[in-house]
Amino acid sequence: MAKVRGAIVVDVEKCKGCGVCVPACPSNVIELNKEVNGKGYHYSFMARPEACTGCTNCAVVCPDGVITVYRIKIPS
Amino acid sequence: MGELKLMKGNEAIAEAAIREGVDAYFGYPITPQSEVIEYLMMEKPHERTGMVVLQAESELAAINMVYGAASVGRKVFTSSSSPGISLYQEGISYIAGAELPCVIANVVRGGPGLGTIQPSQADYFQTVKGGGHGDYRLFTLAPSSVQEMADFIELGFEIAFKYRNPVMILSDGMIGQMMEKVELKDQKPRWSADEIKAMHGSWATIGKPESRERNIITSLDLDPHKQEKHNHHLQAKYRQMEKEEVRYETFDTDDAEYLIVAYGSSARIAQKTIMLAREKGIKVGLLRPITLYPFPEKPLAELASRMKGVLSVEMSAGQMVEDVRLAVGCSDIPVEHFGRYGGVIHSPDEVLEALEQKIIGGK
Amino acid sequence: MDIAIKDIIKKENLVYTKTKLMTDNVLSYCPGCGHGTAHRITMEVVDEKGIQEQTIGIAPVGCSVLAYEFMNIDMVQAAHGRAPAVATGIKRVMPEKYVFTYQGDGDLAAIGTSETIHACNRGENITIIFINNGIYGMTGGQMAPTTLAGMKTSTSPFGRDLHSMGNPLKITELVAQLPGTYYVTRQAVHTPAAVRKAKRAVRKAFELQAENKGVTFVEIVSNCNSGWKMPPVQANEWMEENMFPFYPLGDIKVDGELVKK
Repeated sequence: MAKVRGAIVVDVEKCKGCGVCVPACPSNVIELNKEVNGKGYHYSFMARPEACTGCTNCAVVCPDGVITVYRIKIPS
Repeated sequence: MGELKLMKGNEAIAEAAIREGVDAYFGYPITPQSEVIEYLMMEKPHERTGMVVLQAESELAAINMVYGAASVGRKVFTSSSSPGISLYQEGISYIAGAELPCVIANVVRGGPGLGTIQPSQADYFQTVKGGGHGDYRLFTLAPSSVQEMADFIELGFEIAFKYRNPVMILSDGMIGQMMEKVELKDQKPRWSADEIKAMHGSWATIGKPESRERNIITSLDLDPHKQEKHNHHLQAKYRQMEKEEVRYETFDTDDAEYLIVAYGSSARIAQKTIMLAREKGIKVGLLRPITLYPFPEKPLAELASRMKGVLSVEMSAGQMVEDVRLAVGCSDIPVEHFGRYGGVIHSPDEVLEALEQKIIGGK
Repeated sequence: MDIAIKDIIKKENLVYTKTKLMTDNVLSYCPGCGHGTAHRITMEVVDEKGIQEQTIGIAPVGCSVLAYEFMNIDMVQAAHGRAPAVATGIKRVMPEKYVFTYQGDGDLAAIGTSETIHACNRGENITIIFINNGIYGMTGGQMAPTTLAGMKTSTSPFGRDLHSMGNPLKITELVAQLPGTYYVTRQAVHTPAAVRKAKRAVRKAFELQAENKGVTFVEIVSNCNSGWKMPPVQANEWMEENMFPFYPLGDIKVDGELVKK
């Protein structure tokens, strides 16, 4: 059975730190960063990247379209 | 050679719009100009040229349908009368701000408020001094015959597209309702989609191909410096109109000692006044502004410099007279206004009497 | 076995990125505002259908007045409430185009009620995307036609009093009654599932427009964190608890027939 791994890239400077992506993630990957971007927003990031499946939920619900999603199938 | 017909002014302007190859008419019925949309509906221009005619739910909707069709580079025409034109003002301001071409006819009736359905010229201020909000100008043509109602459609669209600015045909209930012989031009084809793309594709929102940036029709710029720059651009356009587009005609001015300034219906009446005056030995001439904005101030100033007095005649309480006074300047000759209003049309005798009392007697 | 993140983030593994039909301009909306998502799904539909050159959008007055800065298509900015009339003018002279308006509740259901009702009643072949957040966002959180009973806004600071301020208007149910509307639906964009469903609705609305069936109308019940004075995630929860019972999600009219509940 193949295992699916994903990763997201957040456009840090365009992220407004609204946090809508956080509860949208079924794998509890995302958190808002303690650090801030140039506008003072606590941007989102993969706090637990190993759990990301690349399901795209976070990107789909992101109002600012700042999340890009990648996914790969790893043969077991 | 065009076709000769006996028509009402309102019918002539409608027929001229079809023959001009206008793409769409949007309007809402109001007396004394409902014949425009009635004529268009009866003529089925959709079958003749493919022209769209739609009765809107209100003047607010009508002028915004005009805004929409104009934004895609089409020739759009609408007509209304004074209370309806008041409702158009927001749209006209947007159209001017967004730099869209269109032709609007106002068949003026007496006001203020619901007023009356009889002819009036009391919408002069509204038309040439703004009407809507902001620093914009409405190019204004004043027909004084049924023939000019028809002719100003072609001229109006020529100006509207040359400057990308709304053009007003400022008529009145008399010109709209009267029947006269009119020579109609031959049918022009409507512009094809390819022609519109070639002529107006740089600005019209006809759909963004990958090859160009998106076109945006808007009058909004939140950055005041950009908005001021846009206003500078508009003002430069208006200065060009003032320089190049002034139209007027004169009548019996060569030997005249007194001048009447009148447009539209009042200019017709004034011509009779001049005949009556000359029978009494009073040498009077007429200057008829054809464009009210831009106003023929230079020709008027020149003429006035050799007159003993100037009478501005308008079916209003005295609106155009302000521009006449500005043009004549600080001369010591009398410049006065005469006019019946609220829907009453002055007679040639009344105009002559006013000339004698206010100008000749008041000298 | 494990894999490094840099080996996942590769072009060939890309599964989702912002559509090119959204410009790179930073959205002017508040953090967490549903407008951005509604913009994006609309542009994704236009992108996926390959109709960028065939699509003309109308931006209203309201928070989305600058929609033309974000949607990478030809757009016209309309006076407050007049978008359906502007769309009518465009569609009547360019019937082969996809024409849509994107309007808020104040624009569509207060100042533009007449234009909305009559465009819907004439059955103009346009798509109306209606963002309902129950408040005037742009002007600073005043009462809207869709503000809920008892809801506090800057012009109903003690809550909307139905006796003196009137009732919240279910404009979407109202337009569904008109013979000129063909597809009327109410959606949301606050969860991934809702976004995917709303996008299907927008796609359906565009597809039906091409069939000249009349108005297709997609309401999106959305949040206004700033106006509601709540953090984004809490606003979405509040929306589920308070907005959805009064504005229930789902299709209201399908294939020209009212959906029986």
